[in-house]
Order: sequence, then structure tokens, then C-alpha cells
Amino acid sequence: MSEYLRPRSVEEAVSMIAAHPSYMKLAGATDLMVDAKHKREPAGIVDLWRVPGLCGIAETDRGLAIRAGTTWLEVQRHPAIVAKWAPLAAAAREIGALQIQARATLGGNVGTSSPVGDSLPVLLALDVELELASPRGLRRVPYCEFCTGYRKTQLQPDELIVAAHVPATTAKLAWRKVGTRRAQSISKVMGASAIELRDGVVTDARVALGAVADRPIRVRAVEDAVRGLRPREAADAARAALRSAITPIDDVRSTSVYRRDVAENLVARFFTDLAA
Amino acid sequence: MKLEVTVNGDAHTAEVSPWKRLLDVLRDDLRLTGTKEGCGEGECGACTVMIDGEVANSCLIAAGQCHGRSVTTVEGLASDEVLHAVQRALLRCGGAQCGICTPGIAVCAAHVVDRKLIDGPDARAKVRELLAGNICRCTGYQLIVDAVIEAAKELS
Amino acid sequence: MDRQPVGSSLPRVDGLAKVTGRARYLDDLDAPHAWHGATVRSNVPHGVLEGFDRDPSFDWSQVVVATAADIPGKNVITMIEDDQPALVPVGGTVMHHDEALALIAAPTRALAFAAMRAMKPRIRPLPAIFTVEDSLAKKVVLYGTDNVFKQFMVRKGHATDAEFDAAIARAAHVIDGNYYTSPQEQMYIEPQAMMAEWTDDGRCYIVGSMQCPYYVHKAMKPLLALGPDQVVITQSVTGGGFGGKEEYPSMLAAHVAVLAKRAGRPVKMTYDRDEDLAATTKRHPAWTRHRLAVDAAGEIVAIDIDCVMDGGAYLTLSPVVLSRGVLHAAGPYRCPVVRVRGRVVATNHPPHGAFRGFGAPQTTFPYERQIQKLANLRGEDALAIRKRLALRSGDTTSTGQLLGFSVGTDEVLGAIEARLGAKTPSTDRVKRGRGIAFYFHGAGFTGSGEQRLAGKCTLAALPDGRFEVRSSSTDIGQGALTIFTQIAAQGLGVDPERVCVIEPKTSLVPDSGPTVASRTCMVVGGLVEKCAVELREHLAAGDGIREVTKQYEPPPGISFDDATYTGAAYPVYGWAACAVDVAVDVDTYEVTIERCVHAVDVGKAINPTIVKGQIEGGTMQALGWALLENVVYKEGKVANATMTNCIVPTFADSPELETITIEVPYPFGPSGAKGVGEIPMDGPAAAVANAVEDAIGVACDVLPISPESIQRSLS
Repeated sequence: MSEYLRPRSVEEAVSMIAAHPSYMKLAGATDLMVDAKHKREPAGIVDLWRVPGLCGIAETDRGLAIRAGTTWLEVQRHPAIVAKWAPLAAAAREIGALQIQARATLGGNVGTSSPVGDSLPVLLALDVELELASPRGLRRVPYCEFCTGYRKTQLQPDELIVAAHVPATTAKLAWRKVGTRRAQSISKVMGASAIELRDGVVTDARVALGAVADRPIRVRAVEDAVRGLRPREAADAARAALRSAITPIDDVRSTSVYRRDVAENLVARFFTDLAA
Repeated sequence: MKLEVTVNGDAHTAEVSPWKRLLDVLRDDLRLTGTKEGCGEGECGACTVMIDGEVANSCLIAAGQCHGRSVTTVEGLASDEVLHAVQRALLRCGGAQCGICTPGIAVCAAHVVDRKLIDGPDARAKVRELLAGNICRCTGYQLIVDAVIEAAKELS
Repeated sequence: MDRQPVGSSLPRVDGLAKVTGRARYLDDLDAPHAWHGATVRSNVPHGVLEGFDRDPSFDWSQVVVATAADIPGKNVITMIEDDQPALVPVGGTVMHHDEALALIAAPTRALAFAAMRAMKPRIRPLPAIFTVEDSLAKKVVLYGTDNVFKQFMVRKGHATDAEFDAAIARAAHVIDGNYYTSPQEQMYIEPQAMMAEWTDDGRCYIVGSMQCPYYVHKAMKPLLALGPDQVVITQSVTGGGFGGKEEYPSMLAAHVAVLAKRAGRPVKMTYDRDEDLAATTKRHPAWTRHRLAVDAAGEIVAIDIDCVMDGGAYLTLSPVVLSRGVLHAAGPYRCPVVRVRGRVVATNHPPHGAFRGFGAPQTTFPYERQIQKLANLRGEDALAIRKRLALRSGDTTSTGQLLGFSVGTDEVLGAIEARLGAKTPSTDRVKRGRGIAFYFHGAGFTGSGEQRLAGKCTLAALPDGRFEVRSSSTDIGQGALTIFTQIAAQGLGVDPERVCVIEPKTSLVPDSGPTVASRTCMVVGGLVEKCAVELREHLAAGDGIREVTKQYEPPPGISFDDATYTGAAYPVYGWAACAVDVAVDVDTYEVTIERCVHAVDVGKAINPTIVKGQIEGGTMQALGWALLENVVYKEGKVANATMTNCIVPTFADSPELETITIEVPYPFGPSGAKGVGEIPMDGPAAAVANAVEDAIGVACDVLPISPESIQRSLS
């Protein structure tokens, strides 16, 4: 039978994980427990659900700190997020359905790092910084550098995701998920953007996509192509830049051609929506 | 592990693996078979229960995570043989057909109406969003939406 | 009694148990001594089973293993033809992926699955075929000499192909279309489940989730080498069927029965969702060429249809599915000259089988696309053209059946017309469109099927003043228990509280025929009504007769020639029309159904709420089939065998459904009722396709109409 560890603080969690790097880190469990009856019982479990210090959302004048154990239901209902980071709330509302949103956590989505992880493109567009804890102390990693491959991240075996820091922004934020159906769906394409506009010209943009590569990606080619352009020109430039920037795959849920076309449409729409 | 969990107000202890699914603890150890398994992958919602007042798929919950917590299943919705408003409305409106998804829907809907999550405008659209984790293959959903709206009105 | 039982929305009699979670489905039954079963399945689509390799590190003494050699009687699942084994024997041929090869029983489910994984089949692969083209080209011959399980031909208004060609040649215009409808999973939320126990006197008791206890009974007698009284089949509360629990439960019953005999104790088996998706039957995919020939005035002068269905690896129910498809293929439209050819062929896919509509949805989609193409060609209104061409009383169908009573054409089309307002205009983000479909569905078994079945039902007065309905018709969610209660109460003139419908157990109930084909209310409900009226007379007369059994008799003048496929294919038809408004997202090509109005003529709604639920459930399955449901095969294996990837609509995908129940009574049905179960599945997919075409100007002739397919057709 698995050893079951229930830490009462972040520090305790870190030391338990360091002492038992092979143990399963379980928070909302909505991914790890899928088909659990046919999975091999883990050697041990470190239960991160509702660990004090690992939950909650705090707003400061520099932005937000979302603790990693915060659920997507808490994210979508947080008044500051709804008001100022609406795409993050919107993304949270489209993760699974209510049962999943009430359990699944930010840290879980980031740590699992699926290429179709629903929140990940928004976190990229918002230029989030992750806070990681280990026995060596705390470190911060820009989220855009965190994902290193298919379900691979910079997270070390003895590290714990503690929080996501979301900077305050004046950019126009947008997000859209295209799934296999309207709810409880796996993403086929996701797009998120943060676009700075001054005097009707794009001065800076972060554009992120999901489900079109082995990991969630920032599309630098698009970001570089749109600077200095008016929104409608930027939309055309973004389309052209995107065409050679991604090579999505065919799978049981969608096609490469569709993903590429829709990714272009979403990104173009992010810019044309600013023209009005 | 020795699991201590409150289910429908009653304290229970069970000697189980912490990796055992809450669904199996309920069905096999406590013989509360109202909670159903439709997929085992968190897709269908037939196994929906409330844990500390929030809904969850019990097929995705490890027993260890329920230690010291309070679980409500479909068997706990009625009190003293008086049905929950949602159960009465499902019965009256024809919201149950084959009935296998009904326990999960009743639990989720009871949570939604008790928390007043669908009050205000666009109530029907809210029901459709909040219950989207419960799949029903019989009804086309219409009569269930009718029932949840009726139950919410009754409780308001 | 303040109200007549029939026509009132009595809450379902099994409702309280269901909303409280007290209803016991198979997996909920107390069976403390039962072992759990698991199935060793094939991992290739075609091959010769040479044997099994058992992992020597596994302790095999803890489990029981059964193979084909352990089957007491004939190793065959009795259905139409004896071609499908319960377990492939060593030396025998594996015909499809995930076919059952061996069985394990163990004290726990986990142990049974561990043993299953430790038992590896050794299969010498053979070449396999997965397309109807390869099947018809006989690239590999799987069945007979030509792979054709069954062929049907309907001819109306001509005797030879030359005469038919002449009729086509006289037409002013011929619309020639090719259509594909996809396989569809029933996705009942309770997976297949069954339990068996043998008693010391050599009887086998089987209980489980099923539609047709007597199908299982019929299949178990030869397989277990038992007499009719030695095998007893009981339906447990069943969590949905939709056709998916018509034939496959016989397979599961065979497995638990054989295991229980080997284990010497009860054995139960509940499929995991992935196993259910991988191994059990789906709707037949179908390819149809439809030629619609019209004269200069737009009257139909000839219809030519060639439909091919993929039957999968065994014959199962395919001929009957094909038959219904063929008989509905010309649609509810006047036409003097019709030729329909239907074929169902063998491939190495898992067998396709029964699913609500049973072949008719596959042939309805093509004809309602064709009628719409004719309307588009002529610039004619979608409703107007259907009103102009539709069958009415006095017209004949493609089999030459003269329609008399209960033709609801004008009622359903009129109801749709009255309800529909103006279309919502398109925007720069969504293109909107509206689509109409009109269709019919024969109720009950095809042709002389009901006479051959000779379904029976019994009604008895109990000593305590209550009445007992005994029938093998099962309640699979459609409300059979409740409507039988209402019909019996009505006929007896008593309160519904005094009527009980007993559980379908073959030792207690007569064979009422299977719970399929939209026949339960109309045919078996009709028997309940006759029993009730007669029993009431006996009780009033005080003649001591307290039990009445009735057997089906066809309405006068109804006959069908199976040899020529002419005559009355069905005693009566249901009629329906559906209107759908869609919005197509220009960025994502996603289709939103903004409105769905469905008018269905059911003869008489015995219970209006239950009827509404039936119509809406069928409508949603049809809308799902139209837009997002699919079964993806890869080299014969179901590639999307999880609920995550084999998706069905959620609450959020479903529109507000506007349902209009129309009652054009059938004189020989109980209080005028005819079938309702299947017809709502037949037409909405075509209405969606017509609406999407209206929105984007591109024909949608292939299901599902996925965003990917719309993107492809627009680029």
C-alpha cells in the first residue's frame, strides 16, 4: 500500500518531496487519477491538496500572485481576475466542467504541461513568472522558458511549483479555445494575446498558441512582425508570419490543416478586434 | 490507511489503500451504490459527489484525499425521506429516463441551486454551463434544464 | 380517478428509485460471493489463433480461465446466422480487433484484469480489409463467395433495369449525389454488464443490462446445451440501450455463464468504458448514391438508390438493419418509378449493429439532401417543395403500399411552418442558415415480422386487488413500465396505482418480442390494452377468469411479400419534420445550432412528458451524429475508444429544443398510439446539413459535418 504523506506547509511539502522524489505529487488529481483503477499504485503520494500556503490569490500593485494549489473555480470567480485579467478567468471556465474546475489546480495544469493544457497559452501571453521551491530555496522562472519539450519542463524532481506571478498590464488581452465540443472538451487550437497599442499602432505584442506544437508556444515571429503596424495590417502580417512558424499535427481530434488555418484566424482576429 | 470520512452526515472509518478511488470506497466499502461509474475518466459525471460542498468526480478522487472531509452523495440529498427540490423537479419534469446519469445530475444540480449559482438572467444558459460535466444520453437535456430551473424557483 | 390515465403525464413509476439513487443496476446488486470476469481480446483485425502464452510469473491458481473448449454446447451466438462464436477457438479465425478469445474470473476485478494482461494470445496475422470497396472487390473473402452478407432490391413501376433506365432518360433533370454517414456509438451511460449463476439442479440464471431477455434466452439454450426451462434470463435496471443492448448482451451472457460454470460460483462482468467502446456494436457506416430524376415541372419521375453498408466481421443483425434502410430510402415522397439496391458487406471491423433508427437514418440523410438540392435548383422554398411532393393518404410508397390512415404529413409540416419565424441575419463573425427535413418511419417489425414474432402479453388480476402486467418488454429508459401501467389502468378502468408491471424474467413473462423497432408501445402496448379490456369484461361478468393473454394479430389487409419486397412494409408510419437554424463561425468553422424545432406524429401520446423526452433524446443523438460524433477506426481498431475522444453532446452543446407532438391516431394502436422511439433520430442530421449549406453555400454530404470538414470544403 502506498505511503501517504500530507504536508501542512509549503516547507514540509518541499522536504517530503525532496526525501521521496519518486512519490506522486497529487493536488486536484483530475489528470493523474484518470483510469486509476488500471494504473499501478504509486510507491507513495504527497498530497498537495489544500496545503496551507499553497492556496489563494493575492493582488498587489505589481500584479497578482496565484498560489499553485488554487483551483480554476477560485481563479474564475476572483473579482480582480474577472476585471483585469478576463482571459484567464475565461480560460478557467473552459477547463473541463464544474467538477474538474473545482479540483484542478493551476500548479497541476502547469506541472503536467500537456500541449493541450487549457490555461497555458494565457499564462504565456500574460508573461507569467513561476515561483519554484526546493531544499535549495526559491527560484523564479519566466513561464515562457519553463516548457522544454513534450510534457517536459524545467521543474526538477525535488522542486514544487509554489505560485504564478501575473504582472499588471496595460495590454489588451484576448483568448479563445477551440475544442472538440462546447464544454468538457480537449483543445484543438488555443490562442491568447496581450497587445499594446499606442496611437492606433501596435507597440508590443505577446501571442501564444496551444495544441499546435509539442508544447504551448509563444510565436515570436508573429510578435516581431506586427510591431509598428496598425491592427488590420498587423492581422495580415501575423497571418503571414504564422504560416511558417507552426507545424501542427494530425490526430484523432483534428487535422494539421485545420489547426493551422484556425490558428491564423484566431491570431488575426486578436488584431482586427482592436481596429474598431 | 485508516480512512476517516463523513458521508451524508455519518462518520465512517475504512481500512483502504489511499490510492483507492473514492467511487470504489463509496460503492464497495460503504455499499452506497447510488453513485455510478460511467467512464472512469472524469468525462461523464455519473460519479459526481460533493466534497466539502464542492462537486467532484469521485472516480478522480483518491481515498487519501477524503480523509477528514465531508462527502455528500445522491443518497444524502433527501433528508428524512423528504426529497430535495431538485429530485422532486426531476421526477415531475421527466428529467430522468434510464436513470444512470441521474444521481450525478441530481448532486450537481442540488449544488448549483443550493448555492444559487443560476439566479439572475440567462438562468437556462447557466444551467447548461454548470451541468456540462454531466452527460445524459437519453433526454436531450431539455427536461433536465426545465427541472433545475423549477427547483431553483422553488428554493428562491 | 380524476383523470384518464392515458394522455396524462404520470411521473415515471421507476422515477423515485432513480432520482434517489436506489435503483439497482447490475453492478449495484448485492453479490458478495460473485467473482469478476475479464476478457482476453484479439490485438489484430484478422488472423489464426494459435494459442495463448501465459506469464509464468503470475499465480494462475488464484483465477479461473475459460476458453472456447469450455463452452458446454454450440460455440455460437445465435442471431440470424450462426457465424459468430462466443470465443474464438484455438485454431479458429480471429475476424476483428478486440474479439473475445478467452475469459478470466477472479475474486476481484483488479486480479481478473491482471490475469487478463498476463495471458497473451498468439495470433498468426492474415490480410484484412477495412473498406467496402475492398470488400466488394473481394480483396479478401471473409463471407460466402463475395463478402455480401445480404442484398435487397426494391422495384416500383418497372420490371427490368432497361425499363428503369428509360424512365431516367425521360427526365428533364437528374440530381446525382453521393453521401456518407459515419459509424456512431450508442454511448449508453451504463456500460454492458451481466451476471450468471448456476444452481445445483443444473439451471443457469443470468441477470443483466439488456433490451431483449428472450434474445439472450434463445442464444443461451444451444450455447449452454440447456432446455428452455433450464436457463432463466432477467433484465436488471438498464442504463440506456438505444439498440446497443439488443444483440451484444447475448455475447456477455455467454461469457459470464461459461465462467460461472467453470468457477462454480456467480460471476459478474461490467465492461470498462474503453472496452465497451472497442468491442461492442456501433451504427453501420453507409455509402449511398442517390439519383433523383424530375420532369420539367419539378415532379419526381424516378428515384435510383444504391446503398452499401459496412457490416463488420459477422452477419449479426445487419440484414435487418439493411432492410429497414432500404425500405425507407426513397423517403416519404410520391414517385412512380423507384429502384433501391442495398448491400451490406463484410469487413474486418468489429460488427456493426442496432442503433436507434436501424438503417433508416443512414438512408434518410441522402434523400433529404437530394430534396433540398432539388429545391435549391428550382429556387423553391424548403417547406413548400416538401409539401408539394410529400406522400399523403391515397399515395403509394416505394413498395407499393397504399397509404390510408394515420398519415401526418400536413400536420407535421404545418406545425413547423406555423412555429418558424424569420431567420436571424448573418454577421461578420457568423454565417447563418436554416434547414428543413421531412421523413417517416415504419413502426414495428418489417413486413411479416410481427406475425412471425407473435408477441404475447399477459394481464392478471391479483387476489389483493392489484393487476399485474407480464411482458418481456424492457424499460431501458424509454418509459415502458409507465406507459404499460397507464394503458392497463385505462383499459381496466382502475387507478394506475393498482397496476404493476413485473420484472422481465423469462420464467415469469411470455415472449413479447424484443424491445426494438419502435414497437413496445404500439405492438406490446396494444396487447396490454386488449388484455385489459377483455379482463375487465371477465371481472364484470364474474366468470372466474382472472388472467388474460393476448397474441399479436396484424391489422386487416396488411401484408408484405418478402420475396419481391412489395406490399405493406409496416402497418403504419410515424411522420416528422425538423427545422434547424445554425450559425457557422467564420474563424473556427464551428457550427452552433441556434434553434431546433421538431414536429413528430406519434399517433397518440400515452404520456406526453415521456413522449417529449423520447423525441428530444433522439433529436440530440441525431444532432450529435450530424456535427461531432464519430467512431474512428485505424487498421480495424477503434482509435478513439475513450469518452474523451469518442464524444457526444453535453448540456452546453445542446440547443433549447422546441418539440411539437402531433397526434394523428393509428386505429390499431393503443388509444391510437404508434411508434416514437426511432423517428426523431432519422431526420435532424439532414436538417443540419441543409442549414449549413444554406449558411455557407457549400454542400455537406458527408457526416459528421465537423469544423475540419467545413474548413476543407471552404478552402
